[in-house]
Amino acid sequence: MNDSTAGRPATAESPATAEAAPGLRADHVGRRTHDRLILDGVTLTLRPGETVGLLGPNGSGKSTLLRLLAGLLAPSAGVVTLDGRTLPQVGRRATARRIATVEQHAHTQTELTVREVVALGRIPHRRAWSAASAVDTRAVDAALERTGLTDRAGQSWHTLSGGERQRAQIARALAQEPRELLLDEPTNHLDIQHQLDLLDLVVGLPIATLIALHDLNLAAMYCDRLLVLREGHVVAEGTPADVLTPSLIKRVYGVRADVTHDPGHPVIRFLRRPPKP
Amino acid sequence: MSARLLPLLAGGVAALLASVAFAVTIGPADISTADVWAAVSAHLGLGESTLPPLRDGIVWNLRMPRTLLAAVCGAGLALCGAVMQSLLRNPLADPFVLGVSSGASTGAVAVVVLGVGGGAVSLSAGAFTGALLSFGLVLALSHSLGGSTDRVVLSGVAAMQLFSALTSFTVLTSADAETTRGVLFWLLGSLTGAGWGDVLLCAAVLAAVLAVCLGHARTLDAFAFGEEAAAALGVRVARTRLVLLCAVALLTATLVSCAGAIGFVGLVLPHATRALTGPGHVRLLPVTALAGAIFLVWVDTAARTVIDPQEVPVGVVTSLIGVPAFVAVLHRGRRKT
Repeated sequence: MNDSTAGRPATAESPATAEAAPGLRADHVGRRTHDRLILDGVTLTLRPGETVGLLGPNGSGKSTLLRLLAGLLAPSAGVVTLDGRTLPQVGRRATARRIATVEQHAHTQTELTVREVVALGRIPHRRAWSAASAVDTRAVDAALERTGLTDRAGQSWHTLSGGERQRAQIARALAQEPRELLLDEPTNHLDIQHQLDLLDLVVGLPIATLIALHDLNLAAMYCDRLLVLREGHVVAEGTPADVLTPSLIKRVYGVRADVTHDPGHPVIRFLRRPPKP
Repeated sequence: MSARLLPLLAGGVAALLASVAFAVTIGPADISTADVWAAVSAHLGLGESTLPPLRDGIVWNLRMPRTLLAAVCGAGLALCGAVMQSLLRNPLADPFVLGVSSGASTGAVAVVVLGVGGGAVSLSAGAFTGALLSFGLVLALSHSLGGSTDRVVLSGVAAMQLFSALTSFTVLTSADAETTRGVLFWLLGSLTGAGWGDVLLCAAVLAAVLAVCLGHARTLDAFAFGEEAAAALGVRVARTRLVLLCAVALLTATLVSCAGAIGFVGLVLPHATRALTGPGHVRLLPVTALAGAIFLVWVDTAARTVIDPQEVPVGVVTSLIGVPAFVAVLHRGRRKT
């Protein structure tokens, strides 16, 4: 399907080259508010083209890590670098031309059409006072095409279903022409068909993707690599087959599970608690 | 998109010029469009005035500055309203949400009623000072609360209440009936007594602030999905918010100190214009400024003629005429999907 799948074992096994390698990297980043440590000493490298899943229970720091990586929050410890330069060095606009984010719930009161929403993605590429160029129009068209929203382009954003709104946000992110895409639980509140459609779309993109997920089976099916967080700390990192073991699931989520190994990826089956005596 | 913007702007400018030319002919002294043309071209050095000095004076020194100040105020208030609504993501935001108008009232009342400044300070100067003090308070308050948009709105509401209370208190305890009536008239917004000085000052500030806002038009688009989404699109949110809030406050303070707090224009004209242009600010901002200018020229004409020779504060008429018009626009503008 794409190069990243083929290169999976190699990239997962060679963290030593990460310093020099291009891509987005969080180096021992932490984030604390007045009284609480949200994230502590997290290191993650997102290499070109790969799909990395970010797992962990609610409140484990997934969203915070994504916001640090996008430069929307400043780390209180550690540093986030893009091709070796820190995000403040890269600059806000240049960062937005490289990294696109899709948040969990996009909401607006403005009456925008789908095309207008997608065209927002061109803002970091355009100068003040300049009109939309042919390049902008092509990027918006391509993003609509890729997400299957071409027919909906003229429709009001508010008339879209939840799945279509997520697709429109992904289209907006693609219009940014990023090389890194960060998604925060994009499959929440979607029915199963739309969850699969959306993940097929995302992993089919020729860019590096970091995607926070709740569903372990979807993570196993779609991700090259997984990073598991608990209470702000990394508890496991590696291929789905390495990471998703019954003991890790018990430790992180506090539930019992059977893991069988299908060809390609592990399959997780959660078990009921034993009846109380 | 921008192909349709140019005809719209050209049409708007033509309509504005026609409105001004027509509004100047209306009033107790019978003056024709030809008289207006003669007076204006004479003063611009394009020919000899054929008008008697009295009529020339009515056109050039009374009606012309007043009509132009109406246009500038309408344009400025509508522009400020549009920017505030987008920046604060609040459809109820208007230029006065930053507490500027209530601060101006307190400043004006301090000068007129309490005699602050001992006669050396004009009502306008007092109003302008009050407006800036109030805006400073809002800025400091919202910053100390974390600076997010809802904090800005809440700080504005707090300042508005505080300064209205101060104004009411001062008027009730210190003013005689005549002064009260004068102050009340000004508080409701009035273009009476507008001079060329007011026009030029307001127009200069309008031009500067319009340029700043147009430069940020695309940035304002990015705020549609909130401040964090704007940041993710490369916008330096805190800096942008500060620049635009200061620009809007400066323009509003200038307009209010010349013409009082003319309500409604800044709240409603942006909504009405959005129904015409869509939400993109490259189109919305210039068109809403033109629409505000045309609207206020006509409303002021009505305000000074409808119950002749009595004059109604223009701020009262904006609402009386504006509300039905607004309801009609909202009904027509409801998008079919």
